Amino acid sequence: MDVLTIAQETYDAIVAHAKRDHPDEACGVVAGPEGSDRAERFIPMVNAAGSPTFYEFDSTELLALYKDMDARDEEPVVIYHSHTATEAYPSRTDIGLASEPNAHYVLVSTRECFDEDGGNSDGPVEFRSYRIIDGVVTEEDVAITPAHKPQQESPHS
Amino acid sequence: MAIEVRIPTILRTYTDGAKAVEANGSTLTALIDDLEGNHPGIKGRLIENGDLRRFVNVYVNDEDVRFIGGLEAELADGDQVVVLPAVAGG
Repeated sequence: MDVLTIAQETYDAIVAHAKRDHPDEACGVVAGPEGSDRAERFIPMVNAAGSPTFYEFDSTELLALYKDMDARDEEPVVIYHSHTATEAYPSRTDIGLASEPNAHYVLVSTRECFDEDGGNSDGPVEFRSYRIIDGVVTEEDVAITPAHKPQQESPHS
Repeated sequence: MAIEVRIPTILRTYTDGAKAVEANGSTLTALIDDLEGNHPGIKGRLIENGDLRRFVNVYVNDEDVRFIGGLEAELADGDQVVVLPAVAGG
């Protein structure tokens, strides 16, 4: 089984972003070196749809993001978004639009975190990760690494 | 000189894994037809019912083509075209 390995601070940042944008969906990526599967650089994005049921990166910001990742030889290791009224499982729309076969798709649900008036109820945030390839969803484990380890230079060949 | 077209990961199955390919055309429509000639199948991933697919973004020199004429956007040698699927969902 695949596993998403993610630093505690990145996990916390995603959860905080989802809570902050509730009841709208929050979205973003965690970039990492191409082919490394290391989720290293947390990049929250604006949900241009500004909606509780839909998210979309702004097209101009999307281009800037990919150009930036390209310049750094990075790729989106994690693509995350929140569901604010339903479980943290990819919707039919999520599956249909998933277009990064190498990415871990992280779904966060904030539905238990807020009461009906939008007040904080301190409920748990559901945090789950999936591969979505050719319309097939495969859930995977999430391994949280406790503290940020100093980055090691990989040997150059 | 031709036009460089940057291909997203999901469409590299059509370009033998190439991240960028060259193509020709004086409009985006012509460019996509030219791409289709060398990379059969790619057109259907970009166009649906005669229009650019809603969740595919195409940029010419960093401008979203939806703001510069869509499929009729004019192209010149040396332009750079970037194709990016929308990052979106429900």
